[in-house]
Amino acid sequence: MNDRTLYLIEKYIDNSLTKEESVELEKIINNSPEIKKDIEEQKKVREVLSKMKLKDPSKEVWDGYWLDIYNRLERGIAWIAISLGLLVIFGYSSYEFVQSIIKDTHMPQFVKISLGVFFFGLLVLIWSLLREKFKTSKNDNYKEIQR
Amino acid sequence: MSKSDKNVNLSNPQKSDFENLVKMNMKKAYYIALGFLGSHDLAMDASQEAFIKAYKNFNKFDKSKNFFTWYYKILKNHCLNIIRNIKNKKEDNYIEIKNISENPLDNIEQKEQIKLLEDALEKLSFEKREIIILKEFEEKSYLEITELLNIPLGSVMSRLFYARKELGKILLKEMI
Repeated sequence: MNDRTLYLIEKYIDNSLTKEESVELEKIINNSPEIKKDIEEQKKVREVLSKMKLKDPSKEVWDGYWLDIYNRLERGIAWIAISLGLLVIFGYSSYEFVQSIIKDTHMPQFVKISLGVFFFGLLVLIWSLLREKFKTSKNDNYKEIQR
Repeated sequence: MSKSDKNVNLSNPQKSDFENLVKMNMKKAYYIALGFLGSHDLAMDASQEAFIKAYKNFNKFDKSKNFFTWYYKILKNHCLNIIRNIKNKKEDNYIEIKNISENPLDNIEQKEQIKLLEDALEKLSFEKREIIILKEFEEKSYLEITELLNIPLGSVMSRLFYARKELGKILLKEMI
């Protein structure tokens, strides 16, 4: 089926044909029973769909819609603040802890080395997670959405 | 910029401006997501999450354009991600009859029709379901659809034709 015929059928289904287009479509229909059958089928589907609608949610859903979004945005900011605060506290505590271990003359050398290895592992883990997060955010499809 | 967007200060938006944008577009957003996802909870969550993403990326939005057209792309991508991740989590009856019959027998038949239509829509590809939802349920004009999908008018019409044809194949045997 060519584009013009599709265009005319669609306009016919949509009740928006002009007089000239009506005549043109009639000619096409008269010459092709197949197209006539297609149109009948399209009309029937349209008829079924015209009786249906998407279910309405309750009024309360709309009343709370913006508030939900606002709460999510607010909580997003709260989480960022909490994470930043914790990161600073954790960094400072770790620094102080390491300092105290280094200065501790009673602690056996192998314990100091084990703690050093442990903290090194922890740092690598954090770095790896941050790098993964950064890469995911770089490939985020939504970043490309722009008009 | 659409007529409705003109009521909102988009050049330097405050939270209250964004709130107005959300309130103006939330119903359209929800119903489209419901058509895509077939679940009230998922549609609510997806449409809200898409608004949050829109808020966070608002600096990328060309203020001379229609907000909903831009938002629609975010919503569609988000819904596609959900569909990819959550298969078969559709709830029944997200569609209803416009004029519900008081006759109990008609009522049973209508419920069966709804079920068949929901199943048939589920079987369509996302592209075909999308165009049916926009045209037949959301009653968007052809021009609005060309803008939302960023495709020419001819493609909108042919996509609609073939979407209805496929839907018809599935439905006609059972319903009509």
